[in-house]
Amino acid sequence: MKTGGGIGWILSMAWRDSRGSRRRLLLFVSAMVLGVAALVAINSFGVNLRRAVDEEARTLLGADLSLEADAAFPPEVEALIDSLGGRQSRRISFASMAYFPRTKGLRLVTVRAHAGDYPYYGAVETDPPEAAKTYLDGPNALVDRTLMRQFGAQVGDSVRIGRRMYRIAGQLLKTPREADAAMLFSPRIYLPIAGLDSTLLSRGSRADFEVYFKFDDGRDVEALGEALRPRLRRADVGVDTVGEVRDNWDEGLTNLYRFLGLVGFMSLLLGSVGVASAVHVYVRQRVETVAVLRCFGARAWPTFGVYLTQAVSMGLFGAFAGSLLGLGVQVLIPRLLADFLPVDVAFSVSWGSVALGVGIGLGVTVLFALLPLIGVRKVSPLLALRSAYEPEREKRRDPLRWALYGLLAGGVTLLAVAQAPRPLVGVGYAVGLAVVFGLLAAVAKLIMTLARTYFPSSWPYVWRQGLANLYRPNNQTLILMLALGLGAFLIMTLFLVQRTLVRQVELSGGAGRPNLVFFDIQPDQLEGVTGIIRANGLPVIDRVPIVTMRIAAIKGRTIEDLRADSTARLSWAHTREYRSTYRDHLTDAETLVEGAYIGVMPEDADVVPVSVERDIARDLGVALGDTVVFDVQGVPMTTRIASVRAVDWRRMQTNFFFTFPTGVLEDAPQFDVVLTRAPDDDASGAVQAAVVHAFPNVSAIDLSLILSVFEAIFGRIAFVVRFMALFSILTGLIVLAGAVIVSRFQRIEETVLLKTLGASRRQVLRIVAVEYLFLGLFATLTGLTLAVLGSWALAFFVFDTPLVVSPVALLLALAVVTGLTLGIGLLNSRGVYERPALEVLRAEG
Amino acid sequence: MPEVLEVDRLTKAYPSAGQALTVLRDVTFTLEDGDTCAVVGPSGSGKTTLLGLCAGLDSPSSGRVRLCGVDLGALDEDARAQVRNRYVGFVFQSFRLIPTLTALENVMVPAELRGNREARAPAVDLLGQVGLGDRLTHYPAQLSGGEKQRVALARAFINRPRILFADEPTGNLDTETGEKIIRLLFELNASAGTTLVLVTHDHELARRTGRILRLRGGEVASDERLRSEPAAVEKEAGA
Ligand SMILES: Nc1ncnc2c1ncn2[C@@H]1O[C@H](COP(=O)(O)OP(=O)(O)OP(=O)(O)O)[C@@H](O)[C@H]1O
Ligand SMILES: [Mg+2]
Repeated sequence: MKTGGGIGWILSMAWRDSRGSRRRLLLFVSAMVLGVAALVAINSFGVNLRRAVDEEARTLLGADLSLEADAAFPPEVEALIDSLGGRQSRRISFASMAYFPRTKGLRLVTVRAHAGDYPYYGAVETDPPEAAKTYLDGPNALVDRTLMRQFGAQVGDSVRIGRRMYRIAGQLLKTPREADAAMLFSPRIYLPIAGLDSTLLSRGSRADFEVYFKFDDGRDVEALGEALRPRLRRADVGVDTVGEVRDNWDEGLTNLYRFLGLVGFMSLLLGSVGVASAVHVYVRQRVETVAVLRCFGARAWPTFGVYLTQAVSMGLFGAFAGSLLGLGVQVLIPRLLADFLPVDVAFSVSWGSVALGVGIGLGVTVLFALLPLIGVRKVSPLLALRSAYEPEREKRRDPLRWALYGLLAGGVTLLAVAQAPRPLVGVGYAVGLAVVFGLLAAVAKLIMTLARTYFPSSWPYVWRQGLANLYRPNNQTLILMLALGLGAFLIMTLFLVQRTLVRQVELSGGAGRPNLVFFDIQPDQLEGVTGIIRANGLPVIDRVPIVTMRIAAIKGRTIEDLRADSTARLSWAHTREYRSTYRDHLTDAETLVEGAYIGVMPEDADVVPVSVERDIARDLGVALGDTVVFDVQGVPMTTRIASVRAVDWRRMQTNFFFTFPTGVLEDAPQFDVVLTRAPDDDASGAVQAAVVHAFPNVSAIDLSLILSVFEAIFGRIAFVVRFMALFSILTGLIVLAGAVIVSRFQRIEETVLLKTLGASRRQVLRIVAVEYLFLGLFATLTGLTLAVLGSWALAFFVFDTPLVVSPVALLLALAVVTGLTLGIGLLNSRGVYERPALEVLRAEG
Repeated sequence: MPEVLEVDRLTKAYPSAGQALTVLRDVTFTLEDGDTCAVVGPSGSGKTTLLGLCAGLDSPSSGRVRLCGVDLGALDEDARAQVRNRYVGFVFQSFRLIPTLTALENVMVPAELRGNREARAPAVDLLGQVGLGDRLTHYPAQLSGGEKQRVALARAFINRPRILFADEPTGNLDTETGEKIIRLLFELNASAGTTLVLVTHDHELARRTGRILRLRGGEVASDERLRSEPAAVEKEAGA
């Protein structure tokens, strides 16, 4: 027997059968175009980014090698630096107040004082350009452009750092080693080292000392770095080479673009669900055709092949269109991320990423389309004789369906893992998505069941009809629920988290709490500073002494000893400098976790009972009763962990890893922090100016500064995330439009019937309006509820803060999304009523 | 004469709440090449069910169908599909043209499924025979009910089937148009020597076949042979 239904037949049948639906198919597939575009854009950009980082690695460091310490280099290190030779530059960085006399602007900045020709690779970009070279020639400063803008400063103005006045020689546009976002944290001012106010580097102040090398003798700098590292670690001097810097940036930036890729992936998944739903409806409309083909002898698989061919063509088209669009979007991304990138990323097409995008797009689309498509195999030819109903059970029993579910779950997880910065993140992402999708789908089912079970038979006809449309055959409830719900969920979660975080910072300066902090106060300046504060009519809420120290030994083993032991895990916590205080009480930001807080040094004891913060205790591996020997600026001091505290770090106040009882550190070299509360910005500015004027080495930071920095940084991050989320939201709109158009096709017949039976246009439109009103309301409500739950979970588990719910925003979102749904639904029903009944009735096969 | 259709104690029951609903019970009959047979009976008596089983569109609960010497019970779905493609033609009450295909393409479907690449000429020819030679590229939506059914007739004959099943082919048409369709059906049938199984409510029409199988409640109530000469039918139909 000859076999019919070969490849040729499948292809020609697929082509012919798509007649009249091609435009519709393209609309469906456009749902995944954006997702593919997002993936291709992000991944192709990522490849370019890595290349740029690799190529410009030397400009990232600006030198071949750098050494760094948080104190001036000791003599033996200086000797080593001398012996290394090459060209050298010095840099000292520290926080200080900058004062702009002309506009009376005052704020905390990062001062970077330079000597030498650094950077050797790349350049400091300034406006005017020559300032980058000439500022070292005298008392000149280069000031970050954001800072210039903030204080309305101009080139030629003065800026005071410490007791010295500098002329602003130019504004800083771009510097090696730093992404632009760094200046949001703390704007930079470049100065010459020569002539620096030395009181700014007084004991207790934090400063970074760096030396940069450039070697012209072609020595192996990476090897040199490896050799220097262990030797210099002992002196707490860090070693950076080009390779190291490159690896660090690579890792960080890869995480960044991969994270964005995950956001884009969501849009692809949503689009695919849209495609699946469209295919589902499409296949239903083809059941009769399939039955007739089967009647005349088409075998099951070739018939399935006809529709698979259509799905694959659709997927291919979408994937290619998406890639093309993605390459266009790629141009935008470097601009989007400009603040976070240390290098310029040129545009170039990464064909690997395009192939990956096409592959993923096609794969995901076909996988999702297969779910409804495999039903084609099971269409009985009997349906040509009579429209029998198919029992659901039959469908569920199809083992291929379960295999597909497995493949889908596995495939999506695998793709997420491939895209995620870390595998666990990918798995978590897939699980999270499954939960959100699952919940939305569950609510959709629930609504259908409820609407059917508790059908309000007393409602007016139009309302009943509209409500019934939610659960009647061929309804769009599920897919609209997913599209609208996910969109509402994304927008709202982003918004609520942002609000919560901003509010948290705002709250930290609530009534009675300090909102202005002066630090780096030398003991002999303390009275002067508090005097000025009181003279300005402000309270001195707290005065906290700070003593800097390092750990010398822990549980009987010295740090040197631990360092030599390769099995001991030595962390930053072991070698860092600790700023500790002494007091006889816990603050309200602290809670005792273990032991008892001993406030006063017992007379008879020789070991000091100290309190340690919970997280650092874990890092150090110490517990209640363990001994820790501190090196308090040359003096060893043996302590015992007497209590463990939990600290709420978000408070606008000084918090400490170690606190000592009173009666031991009073005579150690120390400096002070003073907290006060200013009623408004003017009062805050005035007192800051007065204090800094009298004591230039004292720095101040106020809550509004922290808030503005926070808002700026969060704003930029949120902008990037929102840009990526936009793909999902637009996809949601396309899916929405697609679903609505699908239902238009389904409802036309019904409308004509209603019209024939005497329904007015008003009634027909109102039925549609009721249906979409319900859909929009339910979907948005679910999405918003999920968003509140999701943000709550984020706030509770990640940010450890109460969620700030904004009822106004929620209501607004509800109104907007519901309105949008209603609008699209009604817009789409335009003209349906005018369709001549005959045309529709005749269209039946 | 070789048997085209042998139906042996055919029973069909649908599982329903409580007990099975038997819609066809112990139906037995045989048709030979060129036979024409009408299946009549009240609505719900199982006519369509019987037709579906004979054509291998559905599986019986018990009993056997041999179609052109092939035992359908021993075949899987795909093999039955091939048997249909080779030996069977269909005409449905509601036409069942594929809406996305033109009249010509609709007629060509069974031939193309067989892998026949030269289906166009015979399809054009057949459409000419049913009087639609000038409507080749029209889509079903552009045709009237009677025209659609004529296209369906052409489609039914394109593969020169040995047996043709027609389920109330005039059920959706007015009497006059229906009469034209029936005349065409008998003409084509006679010239091709095809065996015809015709489900109808129309007793006049039933009398024009060689045999009337009367169903009641799923059982054969009577099996009436009118003539043994199918040629006589043609004469009467043509008259
Ligand atoms: N899938 C099914 N499940 C249960 N019962 C069914 C199913 N399909 C058909 N029946 C029942 O089988 C009986 C016979 O149906 P069938 O369609 O064969 O009748 P018919 O003689 O063709 O009627 P009509 O003249 O109205 O077309 C009917 O009572 C019908 O309700
Ligand atoms: Mg019937």
